[in-house]
Amino acid sequence: MNNLLQFLSLSDPNVRMVVLGATLLGAGAGLVGVFTLLRKRALLGDAVAHSILPGVCLAFMVGQSKNPFVLLLGALIAGWLSLLAMDYLVRRTKLKADGVIGLVLSVFFGLGIWLLTIIQQSGAASQSGLDKFLFGKAASITSQDVNMFTWVVLGLVLVLLLFYKGFKLIAFDQDFARSVGMPVRLLEFLLSTITVLSIAVGIQAVGVVLMASLLIAPAAAARYWTDRLSVMLLLAAGMGIIAAWSGAYVSFAAPSMPTGPWIVMALALLTGISMLWAPKRGILGRSLRQWRYARKIALENVLKILFQLEERSGMAGKGYSRVSILEHREIEPGPLNMVLRRLKRKAWATEINSLWRLTEEGLTEARQIVRRHRLWELYLHERLNLPADHVHPGAEAMEHLLTPELEEALQRDLGYPVTDPHQSPIP
Amino acid sequence: MPKSAVEVHNLTVSYSQRPVLWDVDFSLPEGKLIAIVGPNGSGKTTLLKSIMGLTPMSGGFVRIFDQPLDEVRSQVSYVPQRESVDWDFPARVRDVVLMGRYRPKNLLSRLSKTDREVADWALDQVRMREFSQRQISQLSGGQQQRVFIARSLAQQAKLYLMDEPFAGVDAASERAILDLLMQLKESGKTLLIVHHDLNTVRQYFDWVVLMNTRLVAAGPVEEVFTDANLQAAYGGQLTVLSKVADRVKEGGFPVREKKVKS
Amino acid sequence: MDAFWIILTGALVALCCGLLGSFLLLRQMAMVGDAISHAVLPGIVIAFLLSGSRDSIPMLAGAAVLGVFATVLIEWLHRVGRMQSDASIGLSYTTLFAIGIILISLFTRQVDLDQDCVLYGEIAYVPLDLWILAGGQSLGPRAVWILGGAFVLILTFVLVGYKGLQLTTFDPAYAATLGISTFFWHYALMGTVSMATVVSFESVGAILVVAFLIVPPATAYLLTDRLPVMLGLSALFGLLSSILGYVMAAATNGSVAGAMSVAAGIWFVLALAFVQVKKSILRSQSVSR
Repeated sequence: MNNLLQFLSLSDPNVRMVVLGATLLGAGAGLVGVFTLLRKRALLGDAVAHSILPGVCLAFMVGQSKNPFVLLLGALIAGWLSLLAMDYLVRRTKLKADGVIGLVLSVFFGLGIWLLTIIQQSGAASQSGLDKFLFGKAASITSQDVNMFTWVVLGLVLVLLLFYKGFKLIAFDQDFARSVGMPVRLLEFLLSTITVLSIAVGIQAVGVVLMASLLIAPAAAARYWTDRLSVMLLLAAGMGIIAAWSGAYVSFAAPSMPTGPWIVMALALLTGISMLWAPKRGILGRSLRQWRYARKIALENVLKILFQLEERSGMAGKGYSRVSILEHREIEPGPLNMVLRRLKRKAWATEINSLWRLTEEGLTEARQIVRRHRLWELYLHERLNLPADHVHPGAEAMEHLLTPELEEALQRDLGYPVTDPHQSPIP
Repeated sequence: MPKSAVEVHNLTVSYSQRPVLWDVDFSLPEGKLIAIVGPNGSGKTTLLKSIMGLTPMSGGFVRIFDQPLDEVRSQVSYVPQRESVDWDFPARVRDVVLMGRYRPKNLLSRLSKTDREVADWALDQVRMREFSQRQISQLSGGQQQRVFIARSLAQQAKLYLMDEPFAGVDAASERAILDLLMQLKESGKTLLIVHHDLNTVRQYFDWVVLMNTRLVAAGPVEEVFTDANLQAAYGGQLTVLSKVADRVKEGGFPVREKKVKS
Repeated sequence: MDAFWIILTGALVALCCGLLGSFLLLRQMAMVGDAISHAVLPGIVIAFLLSGSRDSIPMLAGAAVLGVFATVLIEWLHRVGRMQSDASIGLSYTTLFAIGIILISLFTRQVDLDQDCVLYGEIAYVPLDLWILAGGQSLGPRAVWILGGAFVLILTFVLVGYKGLQLTTFDPAYAATLGISTFFWHYALMGTVSMATVVSFESVGAILVVAFLIVPPATAYLLTDRLPVMLGLSALFGLLSSILGYVMAAATNGSVAGAMSVAAGIWFVLALAFVQVKKSILRSQSVSR
């Protein structure tokens, strides 16, 4: 706990550096990842991340230094080469995209590992820092690194702001963008470049292997909450930052722990929460809506039964026992009691001597359901050419979901009919 | 009364919650050459797929020769759209036609001599015998279509469902395919064919199913293939129906109630 | 002799992966293969923790189940969670792999594995871990026996299940209309890929498994238009990659698994050049005619 306070207080200059660095790279990856996700290139980003490793190694071998700008240049070149290779293979051979991605990913990464082990064997003086690229080590971020991150992230935010409209178009509909005269090739080039750059920066925290997660998870999680690109960008950047902080903290508190996996766990948690709880697209939200709908159906079905019993008795205003309700239609006795209690609470039905009777309000409600049921039966019969003896099951479901507007549209379409296909009156 | 080859009863199918086939209901006789006609996106392929049990139904059922599909599977053969597979797959013409002889029972054993003879016979039927060792990616669209039909013939079924066998096909292939369909009909087979060319419906087919998400009409060509019905099928979706479909999708509602006592 | 055992180990991994990878490639599921090969890691670590040994067969089977679990998770995220399918692949495998790495870091003392070895294996140590009989005779490296057994199983699976795999790969919808279960063949293949991954993982690490699953089959695919030939060529290129890779690693004192992946890439580039040159010659001939 002390650790956490010490970490959050930012009193230690090293910690300040690490938090600043994590913020930058989390935000950068989150922002760029949104476009990667929307353009369905999640796995392409994965391949680029793996392909950066040999670039970093070669830059180190040639430059004999760990200067972050030199390594970044190597990363950028290798990342671009992998993109070009994938583009060529998809266009010029019969190989399909997923095979090409896997091929480039594994060969480039194999090359990276081979070079990395050669460097390690050669015992070069400053080699020890390179393996952080495999699993990430946020705690070792230096002021020199932060300097570089700042430039990269500033650059990519600037590019995003300048070309926001264009990027939005090519993320949404590439063909349309081309048809309205957008410089699609230029935009793609810019987008690819900032993607490679943000990946090259991000792998310092997460490592090559798990970079796909830092790139994709914030965007995928943000997608559950919103349909708007601008909101999605902000959310994704925020989630990227939170995850990068969590990883940095673990790195700080337990130096033997690799940072990358913990960032990935934080991201998985954020994505899981979004997938479950996001109101519109989330799983819980959807189940809740379905549960409410099932309750509505149960209620309306009992209303309808009471109405039909009443109709059969010539609107005598009598009450009906639970047994006769159950006879009319197959319902579990348990749920029936619950539904009846709800009807009573709504004052749609009253109970006298265990006999249930609809109130005026209940009658109005029930009439509406029966009306919708019979209207839909008529619609199926007249417009969908369904024989009269086949129309019931469809109407049984539709009666619950028709809205007043749809009901009015049906009435108009059918010319305000008075009877359904079975010659029952439409109330 | 003749047995019905295909009976579709109140069939409703949804694609990501939105109904694309809505309470489609018809019955087709045996021994006829039948077209399914309707505008693009009217659910023709979906109809064929759900008859073959390839798409989950949200309501209704299908009977083939008055039985559920699983009982009569060996008597039904399906020709998918040509674009539905990757023709770069490493296989030759004969390899593909032989697939028509695969059954759950013989899947782990070797194909018999009869199987190979049937495959060659099927290739003869579509006039593709000379191409039997050709790589499938090197065929023209019409030839690929004929390979698919040969594969289906090799099943030796009684009912054939074909999805757009005439689409993107050269004149020679169209001729060959049409002759073959006629010949199959003569020998008492039933053929249900998704067709896109309205001009040839009268000339090629006996029966027609006109549809656009919902059934417009089904019956003998001379009775059903009328201007009024075509107008109804091609005049666009029904406004009310598509509004209701939107509502179904948006709310994620089921289009059939569970446990309806009928 | 060590060189022989190392090359043989690499070759056996290549054979196992090449046969199965061919079907993954044709099913356009190469990246699912990549995902499985990463996702088995937590299974392997848990197996080590529970059994305390490296070669308990039931534990390895348990780890293989995790590979199948990964494919189920990918499906679930896509279907129920409504996540884009590429994102669900990328997120499932990174999360499972991350869990594996965290477990390794937490239980460093109990688990005789380290992070780097997870990626590029310790094929160089294969000849050291010998299978010694009670009488004291040595039967050669343990890994070779395990991989050899896996290879026999996989070869049997591909030979016996050839028609099922071929048909459900080429045209799954048609297979379903014949009453052939695409579900069964899908999971049979995924299960076998998981098994191959688990037994290969320890000796060669994740990278080489992925490389051998995808690169030799892709090379073979460029060169032939017959499935049996493709399977044979994948195996051949896997073998050649293993030999060339070993030579390269020995010459540079670098990672054997990394070098073998690069070697597989070299064969691919050679095949690609051959095919493209052949194509352009054919084209110029047909133009001049």
